Amino acid sequence: MAKKTPKHPLDDLIRKDRIPHIWCPGCGIGTIFSSCLTAIKESGIDLKKFVMISGIGCSGRAAGYVNLDSFHTTHGRAIPFATGVKLANPELNVIVFSGDGDLFAIGGNHFIHAARRNVDITVICVNNFNYGMTGGQVAATTPNMAKTTTTPFGNPETPFNLPLMAYAAGATYVARWTMLHSRDLTESISEAILKNGFSFIEALSPCPINYGRRNKLKPLDQLKLYQEKTIIKNDAKPTELDINFEKGVVLGKFVDIERPTYGDSYNKICRPDKLE
Amino acid sequence: MKPAINTGEHFITGDVACAEGAIAAGCRFFGGYPITPATEITEHLSARLPGVGGTFIQMEDEIAAIASVLGASWTGVKSMTATSGPGFSLMMENIGLGICTETPCVVVNVQRVGPSTGLPTQAAQGDMMQARWGSHGDYEIIVLSPSSPQEIFYQTITAFNMSETYRLPVLILADEIVGHMSEKVIIPDAKHIKTVSRSRPKGRKDRFKLYEPGPNGVAPMPAIGEGYNIHVTGLTHDTKGYPAMTVDTQKEMMARLTGKIQNNLKDIIKTESYRLDDAEIAIISYGISARTSLSAVDKARRQGIKAGLLRLITIWPFPEDQILKLAEKVKGFVTVEMNLGQIHLEVKRCAGGRAPAFLVGHPGGTIISPDTVVKVLQEAF
Ligand code: SF4
Repeated sequence: MAKKTPKHPLDDLIRKDRIPHIWCPGCGIGTIFSSCLTAIKESGIDLKKFVMISGIGCSGRAAGYVNLDSFHTTHGRAIPFATGVKLANPELNVIVFSGDGDLFAIGGNHFIHAARRNVDITVICVNNFNYGMTGGQVAATTPNMAKTTTTPFGNPETPFNLPLMAYAAGATYVARWTMLHSRDLTESISEAILKNGFSFIEALSPCPINYGRRNKLKPLDQLKLYQEKTIIKNDAKPTELDINFEKGVVLGKFVDIERPTYGDSYNKICRPDKLE
Repeated sequence: MKPAINTGEHFITGDVACAEGAIAAGCRFFGGYPITPATEITEHLSARLPGVGGTFIQMEDEIAAIASVLGASWTGVKSMTATSGPGFSLMMENIGLGICTETPCVVVNVQRVGPSTGLPTQAAQGDMMQARWGSHGDYEIIVLSPSSPQEIFYQTITAFNMSETYRLPVLILADEIVGHMSEKVIIPDAKHIKTVSRSRPKGRKDRFKLYEPGPNGVAPMPAIGEGYNIHVTGLTHDTKGYPAMTVDTQKEMMARLTGKIQNNLKDIIKTESYRLDDAEIAIISYGISARTSLSAVDKARRQGIKAGLLRLITIWPFPEDQILKLAEKVKGFVTVEMNLGQIHLEVKRCAGGRAPAFLVGHPGGTIISPDTVVKVLQEAF
């Protein structure tokens, strides 16, 4: 008789026929992905009512592994695609799971507008400071002076402070964790799923293969940084959230406010008779 | 709620007629971005959609507009966007996603003069080849071209019906004149409007395959939230919808994407003939240029020139057989279009040297007069 393989509690949420996944050993995406799956499972919401939408990149492959209705769209366009899904069927819980390059360089414009409109979706950004899928190029999140394949002399640019941008654009929920803080991360994702409004979670993650290797960051060293050089400070000022591991990186929940969503305002203003 | 369909006789622009056609077809989501000369479609639907239970959103750009339309369509809602040249260029990437993922939707391009910003308020027909090949890779596409406000009303319904039947973005290539001119438009009773909705999967959900073709070569389409656990990707995928990076899967997928159009050409290709039976010269035209061509035929006939008109209603897939048959019969072709010969070259290709082909075209900005066409008929033959 064949040996019975033990069942993992998240097995139902994985397309097992798509395993093995493409993520490299030491990559942080898988941990963040399982935090997300745990939060989905713990929400108690009917799984049929979830949809995961990704863009392009290593993190963008998440949609291909989750056993929910899932979409692997074009580069940078997960958020406007998700906006169409949510507005056309407001019953759905829409999660955008993608990377920093996808969401904040090519897709940056869509991010700020979805936050401004307060479209009721949850955006999870795996921030690994570079374009992993294409071999490690500079991103809008790459630290100043970091080496990548397109900044061989060091990055002359300044990276985005993502929570600050989300806050400034109008997000109603903003948090940042690392993949090492998977419990806090799961909790934040749970809150974000239940939040009626645009929620944003930044999850810092090692990309040992492409970013770590070029910046003398061994996978374990990076986890050490996550442990030793981070400060949990809920409600920290968004302007203080620049990522600098020498000074210490601030984690926590920074924004959790109420504001009418696009859907609520649209119903109220454009079809008031339907509400009566 | 008021009835969705504005039955009656109206005096409206082509843009408004298009918007009303969309409502009549069952469109309940519009993601748009303003651009001359398509803005009035967007404006009209912003006012009309919430009242019929639909949703309108003006997105941050045309890339987002078409992305939102694709997303909305997967919830089972008929969805549309409208634009013009510069916006059409921006939409090309996600039109490709729509083709690859077999997502029904309608994209209207009210053409203006290009390249680039060109003449924003003036008409052209310069995007015919972009409509065919603008997104990267090989594919088949359906493109319709209306000649009047009345026709764009019906064509928008046809576009939705075809997009639902064949599961792909269907494009309407109008032009600034058809979009902005006001004419009588009759909107019939709802019971006289035939609408089609995508076929839905039946049978066991655990055995469901997202891209297993039905009898007409098109797979039934579930909606998000129905429990099919679908995975949809723009990567080359198998019948399950899963990415598969192999030459064989690519071949199989492409056969599906192109076959569903190529095997249904009879249903898709629509043309209209005018005085073509005994014609010695066949004028080929479409959109607003077909209307000047129509009076050119009458003028030429009065001068003893035996001209006739083949008006293309479907531009793509191209009516190759009709052109080939005509080529065996007529002395020559004259293609009339507001560009430098995009469809003319297609006519030439399909005629295959059996009859000479001439062009009456210009780079856009003004309508082609019937006299210009007649002059070419006199000189060329
Ligand atoms: S390239 Fe980097 S981000 Fe991509 S899977 Fe490998 S380690 Fe992860």
